[in-house]
Amino acid sequence: MSEAKPFLLEIGVEEIPHWMLEPALENLSASLSALWGQNGLQHAPPQADATPRRLVVRTASIQTRQEDRTELVMGPPRAAGEGAAAGFARKQGVDPASLMVENTPKGEYFAVRKSIEGRETSAILAEALPAIIGRIPWPKTMYWTGKDGMRFIRPIRWIVALLGGQIVEFQAGGVRAGALSRGHRRLGADEIAFDYENYEARLEKNGVILSFEKRRKRILDGIRKLLRGTGLSLVDDDALLKDLCYLTEFPTPILGEFDPKYLELPSEVLTTVMRHHQRYFSLRDSNGGMAPNFIAVMNLKADRKGFVKKGNERVLVARFNDARFFWEVDLQRSLTERLPDLEHVTFQAQLGSYLEKTKRVQQRAANIAAVLGLDPLFARRAAELSKADLTTSMVKEFTDLQGVMGGLYARAQGEPGEVWRAIYEHYRPLSMDDAIPSTPYGQVLSLADKFDTLASCFSVGLAPTSSKDPFALRRAAQGTVKVCVEGGLRIPIRAMEPEVLDFFLDRVRYYFRDIRGYAYDEVNAVLAADPPDLVEADLRLAAVKRVRKTENFEPLAASFKRIRNILKQANWTRGDVNPALLEADEERALHAAAASIAEEVRRDRAENDYLRALNHIASLRPAVDRFFDKVLVNAPDERVRNNRLALLGRLMNEFSSIADFSEIVTTS
Amino acid sequence: MDSFQETIFKLKRFWAQRGCVVQEPYDVEVGAGTMCPETFLRVLGPEPYNVAYVQPSRRPADGRYGENPNRLYKHQQLQVILKPAPSDVMDLYLASLEAIGIDLDKHDLKFEEDNWESPTLGAWGIGWQVMLDGLEITQFTYFQQCGGVDLDLVPAELTYGLERLVSFLQDRTSVYDIEWVKDTTYRQVRFLDEQQFSVYNFELADVAMLWKLLDLHEAEAQRLIDGYAKAERKERYPLLAAYDQVLKCSHNFNLLDARGAISVTERVGVIGRVRKLAVGVAQAWIDQQGLLRGEVAA
Repeated sequence: MSEAKPFLLEIGVEEIPHWMLEPALENLSASLSALWGQNGLQHAPPQADATPRRLVVRTASIQTRQEDRTELVMGPPRAAGEGAAAGFARKQGVDPASLMVENTPKGEYFAVRKSIEGRETSAILAEALPAIIGRIPWPKTMYWTGKDGMRFIRPIRWIVALLGGQIVEFQAGGVRAGALSRGHRRLGADEIAFDYENYEARLEKNGVILSFEKRRKRILDGIRKLLRGTGLSLVDDDALLKDLCYLTEFPTPILGEFDPKYLELPSEVLTTVMRHHQRYFSLRDSNGGMAPNFIAVMNLKADRKGFVKKGNERVLVARFNDARFFWEVDLQRSLTERLPDLEHVTFQAQLGSYLEKTKRVQQRAANIAAVLGLDPLFARRAAELSKADLTTSMVKEFTDLQGVMGGLYARAQGEPGEVWRAIYEHYRPLSMDDAIPSTPYGQVLSLADKFDTLASCFSVGLAPTSSKDPFALRRAAQGTVKVCVEGGLRIPIRAMEPEVLDFFLDRVRYYFRDIRGYAYDEVNAVLAADPPDLVEADLRLAAVKRVRKTENFEPLAASFKRIRNILKQANWTRGDVNPALLEADEERALHAAAASIAEEVRRDRAENDYLRALNHIASLRPAVDRFFDKVLVNAPDERVRNNRLALLGRLMNEFSSIADFSEIVTTS
Repeated sequence: MDSFQETIFKLKRFWAQRGCVVQEPYDVEVGAGTMCPETFLRVLGPEPYNVAYVQPSRRPADGRYGENPNRLYKHQQLQVILKPAPSDVMDLYLASLEAIGIDLDKHDLKFEEDNWESPTLGAWGIGWQVMLDGLEITQFTYFQQCGGVDLDLVPAELTYGLERLVSFLQDRTSVYDIEWVKDTTYRQVRFLDEQQFSVYNFELADVAMLWKLLDLHEAEAQRLIDGYAKAERKERYPLLAAYDQVLKCSHNFNLLDARGAISVTERVGVIGRVRKLAVGVAQAWIDQQGLLRGEVAA
């Protein structure tokens, strides 16, 4: 093998949004591996790292040159003669005397063995890197060198590309690849020379901790040190920790404090301000209560004079003061008193105000509660107050707190737990990753609110299009699906307004496929059998998925598809089987098997045992197979033919009521 | 400690020394420095331009009667446009902070994603909010589009929130306690302004009249835009006057919004009306600039 040397690529960029770093880095690393693979370049496993200002992929060794190789080029058949051979040799640029004759299954052919010189790795890289960098997918890109210039997430300001210490020459975004890296904006030099072995150490000297894991460890160790002996403990927040690791090149936590008087504010408010607006960690005191402290993470080594701590404390207090002002002002008017104000808050021009929406949701919530055997009065009251917090200053300022504040204000005005908790959590689930409301009335209100939004928007023609969904109706519909399934709520699917139904079922499919991981044909099969509610659909899907792996199932599904086609072609709609007209043994056997299995299935279904039922149905397979082997459905005698169609029709109707197997895509 | 106005002087001087035209505020009401012709129109077309100015920016809905320590109906922005953005623009920006006395080795600076967008101007860009010890002090944007037009040269726009920045520098918890100049506070200079305009914007502004004004300014802007196509001496056609009318529309929209007179759906419609005008002016302006450079009109 040729010589191997280390390779390092560093793309220096103005601060990349933290949440985009991981996917970008994965893509860059995968593209490089693919390039090396396609070119047959042996290499050590690559390592990939990212900070807000750099994407780095490196490998400790990669071949500096492709191996030379030989390739056999086939020419004309030997029978074509010397003339053809000479032409082939000329075309290949070789002496006709160097042609060989290869024996192939098709006969003897002229051939030439050509040697192909391996390319320099640096040339391969120089050629491929601009496109590899340019193709990193970003959620939103910009141009900066001019209208037709490169598009990237933020301007590229430097590039290091070194193969064994030699610069790989290329340009991207108006920047020429070089050998010098850069340090932290404040803690490091603008030009850093290094060699492969001391790269990380040199960066660290210049205020850049390259490894995500090391930054993470530095934050956690730092927090541990800060909290030692204080009696305080960290409220774990992995998502925040990750964000902070990708927002900094040299993270250092600091411990801040605020006046305990702010603890009178609801902890939800304090947490929202700290977490979402300031990216601070919350802390608990030794009794497990919320402490008047926070942890901020700087992109700096130390805060010797305490300026950073003081600055952050000041910002936080200003925010808390705002929040306290809102809380106090808001409490001066109860939610009940605020209800008339909702008349002036527009839900949607054609659909009127939130007051009107509230009235619709009240009715719907009461109906759903009744279906579920809950108290419609609690549901109605929760719905009545659910949107009143939209008129509060707190929610106008911290919109994330809608619902939560309504719940807290309802509690403060003495509403029962069923009511205030329902209001508190009725916007959930906020996404497919969020939990559904934890209380029954919270679930009812969540459903009533979302169903109303769906039904009323559809009723005035505001259905989403493939590209536009300004009222987030997809999310609302998916939310209802999640609440029904995960809350075990048996709400009849057919109770849905007909104009919404298709859209809703589309979201049901999405949920079962993309969130729950069922195959699309399994979902189609179950939905085609018209399950009464989504809890039922979920149970059936679980059974179909399990039974699918058994040997009889897919062949039987294939037979059902055949049955469906036969019935369709014959335009068969209905008819009973007349046992006297059954001629062949196989059709009598099938008729008997169907009767006895139908009996079993009825019993299974009475016990809600779908798995057993499906296994019973799958056991029809031998009888069905033998029928199709031996019996001609299209019999010359019309009465016999109709009787056979009736037999198949019965199978189809009776055994497709859990899941329509003809929807299953079979491999055979 | 520098006074409010001293900090402004220093920032202006800093950018003047780096070749910026230092402009005075524009004399039509705007919601942000971006809306001034010095930004909105100058970023269009292929001519480089560097400018810095303070722009008092009116946001009627943000008024708090002078009672909230951090909220203002009218705040001052220091707006810098560097067209095209030099490759060391970030370093320049950091140097400007040091020029007003922020020791960046002792303070925590982060650039957090914040992509600016103005639907009314058909404008957007990519950038950050700059956080200093947890306080947002600047909006940093690379413009991509203005008036619905892809920009030839990508400018960097730096918008310093002066009240915030100076409360930080002077360690004040309320903007009203900022020292404007020795022995004079921000409160003394601006309190009545905040109080009286809050009363007007929230309570007394005549909604019917505002709608009428919006319609009138819209009609005038549209008339001027339409006139450009037919104009014989396009080089001297008053597109700048047309743009003033667009700004008036935008301000009347903001007043109506503060009065709670615009529903969510109407909002989209009115924003669309203003955007149409802004786009119309921008396109005519690009054409006129081409003529002025002696290029043949397309």
